[in-house]
Amino acid sequence: MESTQIDFIPILIQLGIAGGFVAATIFISGLLGPKKSSIFKDKNYESGIDSIGNARSPFNVKYFLVAILFVLFDIEVIFMYPWAVNFREMGTDGLWKMGIFLFIVVIGLLYEMKRRALDLDD
Amino acid sequence: MEQKIKTVQAPDGIEGPGFFATKLSEVVGLARANSLWPMPFATSCCGIEFMATMGSTYDLGRFGSERLSYSPRQADMLMVMGTISKKFAPVIRRIYEQMAEPKWVMAVGACASSGGIFDTYSVLQGIDKIIPVDIYVPGCPPRPEQILDGILKLQEIVKKEDIRRRGTEEYDKLLKSYNIK
Repeated sequence: MESTQIDFIPILIQLGIAGGFVAATIFISGLLGPKKSSIFKDKNYESGIDSIGNARSPFNVKYFLVAILFVLFDIEVIFMYPWAVNFREMGTDGLWKMGIFLFIVVIGLLYEMKRRALDLDD
Repeated sequence: MEQKIKTVQAPDGIEGPGFFATKLSEVVGLARANSLWPMPFATSCCGIEFMATMGSTYDLGRFGSERLSYSPRQADMLMVMGTISKKFAPVIRRIYEQMAEPKWVMAVGACASSGGIFDTYSVLQGIDKIIPVDIYVPGCPPRPEQILDGILKLQEIVKKEDIRRRGTEEYDKLLKSYNIK
């Protein structure tokens, strides 16, 4: 059976209706629904308490470094869990593979220590 | 075959081949009532019962309220569960103010409804002192069945509410009487 591009127009219409329905309902509900606004309603939601100060203040770059280091070791641990579960099945082959993986991560750790990223006091 | 899954019944209307006509307010009420997103405000033991209500045994999600909203912006009903001290009153009022219209309030348990056993200087004697409450659930704390019953009763209120109610002068007066801006 042969099909031409014309045969796919119903699918295009279907897509248009699906997208159009979503856009129309969001737009119309905002237009027709009840709304009230006040200075208290328009304030930021801070669990019901007035917000204090400005969130856009500079803070120590060390927090960022700690966050990045966390991601590194987090991923390491995520890979070590399945390895630990399948330790026997994977055998020596798995040991080698994980050894290479850990070696790469340890290089990252040594680099961090060399760059003094872990010295949080200074 | 007996149908085990209960779906929402269509409102009264004129039915014919290929069309169905009914009042807009009933359709809107039906849609609102069956998708009430709760904003849980749990301060004590009623909140623990609410956790059980959301759990698999009781499962509030069966009634269209599975999506808890931890921001008042998307919430439809404020569920106040637990003792509210007077110092906490401005917080609860601010959350109510920041909820989008239309909004409903449910006072769960004796403390939220009336202060409960805490008839002291520091405890608010019922949240209806600061915000309008639509439904009260008794109990200290109420069982999850009671909370479910309260939500089903609230759904009846929501279904019957006029779609123009939130724009009326009476509603403005009601809010003004609670000093809500």
